[in-house]
Amino acid sequence: MPEPAPFVEARDLARYFDVSRPVLQRLFSGEGRRILRAVDGVSFTIPKGTTLSLVGESGCGKSTVARLIVGLYPPTAGRVLFDGQDLRQARAAASQRRRMQMIFQDPYASLNPRWRVEDIVAEPIRAFGLEKDAAGVRDRVGALLTQVGLAPQDGAKFPHEFSGGQRQRISIARALSSSPEFLVCDEPTSALDVSVQAQILNLMMDLQRRLGLTYLFISHNLAVVRQVSDTIGVMYLGRLVEVSPAETLFQAPQHPYTRALMEAIPDMAMAGHARAPVGGEVPSPIDPPTGCAFHPRCPLANTRCKVERPELLVAGGAMVACHAVQEGRATSMPEAA
Amino acid sequence: MSPILEVRDLRVEFPTRRGTLVALDGVSFSIAPGEVLGVVGESGAGKSMTGAAIIGLLEPPGRIAGGQILLQGKRIDNLRYDQMRRIRGREIGAIFQDPLTTLNPLYTVGDQLIETMLTHLPISPAVAKRRAVEWLEMVGIPAAAQRVQSYPHEFSGGMRQRVVIALALCAEPKLIVADEPTTALDVSIQAQVIALLKRLAREKGTAMMLVTHDMGVIAETADRVAVMYAGRIAEIGPVREVVKNPQHPYTAGLMASIPPLDRRVERLAQIDGAMPRLSAIPQGCAYNPRCPRVFSRCAVERPELLDAGTTLAACWLHAKAMTDA
Ligand SMILES: Nc1ncnc2c1ncn2[C@@H]1O[C@H](COP(=O)(O)OP(=O)(O)OP(=O)(O)O)[C@@H](O)[C@H]1O
Ligand SMILES: Nc1ncnc2c1ncn2[C@@H]1O[C@H](COP(=O)(O)OP(=O)(O)O)[C@@H](O)[C@H]1O
Ligand code: SF4
Ligand code: SF4
Ligand SMILES: [Mg+2]
Ligand SMILES: [Mg+2]
Repeated sequence: MPEPAPFVEARDLARYFDVSRPVLQRLFSGEGRRILRAVDGVSFTIPKGTTLSLVGESGCGKSTVARLIVGLYPPTAGRVLFDGQDLRQARAAASQRRRMQMIFQDPYASLNPRWRVEDIVAEPIRAFGLEKDAAGVRDRVGALLTQVGLAPQDGAKFPHEFSGGQRQRISIARALSSSPEFLVCDEPTSALDVSVQAQILNLMMDLQRRLGLTYLFISHNLAVVRQVSDTIGVMYLGRLVEVSPAETLFQAPQHPYTRALMEAIPDMAMAGHARAPVGGEVPSPIDPPTGCAFHPRCPLANTRCKVERPELLVAGGAMVACHAVQEGRATSMPEAA
Repeated sequence: MSPILEVRDLRVEFPTRRGTLVALDGVSFSIAPGEVLGVVGESGAGKSMTGAAIIGLLEPPGRIAGGQILLQGKRIDNLRYDQMRRIRGREIGAIFQDPLTTLNPLYTVGDQLIETMLTHLPISPAVAKRRAVEWLEMVGIPAAAQRVQSYPHEFSGGMRQRVVIALALCAEPKLIVADEPTTALDVSIQAQVIALLKRLAREKGTAMMLVTHDMGVIAETADRVAVMYAGRIAEIGPVREVVKNPQHPYTAGLMASIPPLDRRVERLAQIDGAMPRLSAIPQGCAYNPRCPRVFSRCAVERPELLDAGTTLAACWLHAKAMTDA
């Protein structure tokens, strides 16, 4: 089966942050520069109309990837291709820029509290000059609000008059207003209650089916990710450690970190039973462990793991960065989920 | 065994310019020694308010307008502020969502533990010092003997939350009120903290009220669960029954909306609409505008908690028929 042409592609993306102390302080203490490698050599492709999700612990670089992909950060190295075009060129033209939008985690912080909902939703329409006159804008805003399950009259209200779930609907209406083809959704339901989360996830999946949208979806909730993804990338300390078709990942997780993550999920079916915690702490991305960054927490780590960083290689219908998997000695891990 | 905590018909009001808001109404439950009661519900349902009323930290102008709160049989809802402050810390330990607000950045974690123990326990400074290290070990801080000298900012989020737990437990309280103690943590760290809390509650016979909106955390930690909706308890019962066999339509809707981990579904079950605001709670059963099983009685009369077999549910579906033989 031929690979479908990628709509969005990340090639060896990296983003470093300089978190050094001020020069004078460094001179006195004799300490060097401190570089935080938030994202380091991440590659993936997203075919049109599909969803790629990124999962991983806090601080592993998910949001940084999201920001690189929509051009909110310039990459330190590597490149992003959008519909075959380099992102920098794509973002130079408004006609291309409007094809991608982002939805953020916090529906409270991401809406301007002083603006009426209709102005919030209309902003991209106006910025990109997508309607000729005020009546056109009004009709389009009304249709968008209806599309996300609100009423056109809600446009006259302010964000604080809405619940968290309704505010996230407003963010989605705003993101859809420039008729984008690609949406980057960074933890779109993490601030919401489960009952509201179900409403928003259903809405996002309906919109994808109806409008053929392509999603980069970020979440730390694996059950949510299972519902929405075609492909899943597991990140650890700025790198992808496993990239796999969604069902394959859940049925046969391969990387020891992926397995540990799955073990750590509270299981509703196991009411009254304890789960197995991933031991140890997430190490610092300023001073990551040598070799495989997961080795201090990995039950399968050996001396090779401490010195040689594993590449992301094909294994069992997925891509995995692990020596034990490549050497065929990862089978002794307890079965996950 | 007589309960550690008993809450009877608790009512909390907020006087506002536009009239009095009833934030909690008719809330009753108890927690036995060594038992974990989970409290779940949508944001704004009244979970934190219930915890705040118990520890005597309701934000003014909120006030307890009715009912009683008993700790080991003695009323604590009518105590003066200074009396209540002594009980907090000594007999009730509180754990909140954000570890940084509980820890003092200017003191080492060891000094904070020692200070707390000396305030509440009849022990010498030398003993307190030794126990501080033991507590850090108990909550799983590696190299505790050295880390006892560290300041809070030198710890990661998960470690700080474990220090907060040690602080809440070190005076050996009878009751722990934990409000979203793991919400700010990663799933991986969450599991460690939850396992720890549960083990310590068991070992010390401490009663625990665990507030969270994370059903997964409840499922694995709680013995019993109270489901709150619009300031009342909609259902309360053993965790397995509430999760697997809910008797209140709201609980059923809530459980169904949790995305399953073991399979992909075409569409998630959802409850349409939203929880009402305090100023606009519907007549009769507060859930009636959203309830798929609503019938005539629901819009007029408000249901109390009724015997629903395995659990108690505030729902007219469980009213005994008039002709019950
Ligand atoms: N502007 C910045 N300056 C310095 N460091 C940054 C900056 N933005 C992110 N970082 C660091 O980069 C790393 C990755 O951050 P990122 O926000 O991408 O994590 P994340 O995976 O989205 O985490 P979370 O699940 O908590 O949202 C973290 O260590 C973070 O502290
Ligand atoms: N200071 C206050 N004044 C008026 N209403 C309040 C105040 N604080 C909380 N409330 C209301 O009380 C209800 C219960 O709040 P809370 O206990 O914080 O909910 P939960 O913890 O379940 O999310 C909510 O409707 C909330 O808006
Ligand atoms: S490379 Fe080694 S340390 Fe890294 S995940 Fe694989 S076995 Fe563990
Ligand atoms: S009392 Fe009526 S409206 Fe309320 S939950 Fe029961 S059936 Fe539904
Ligand atoms: Mg993030
Ligand atoms: Mg709360």
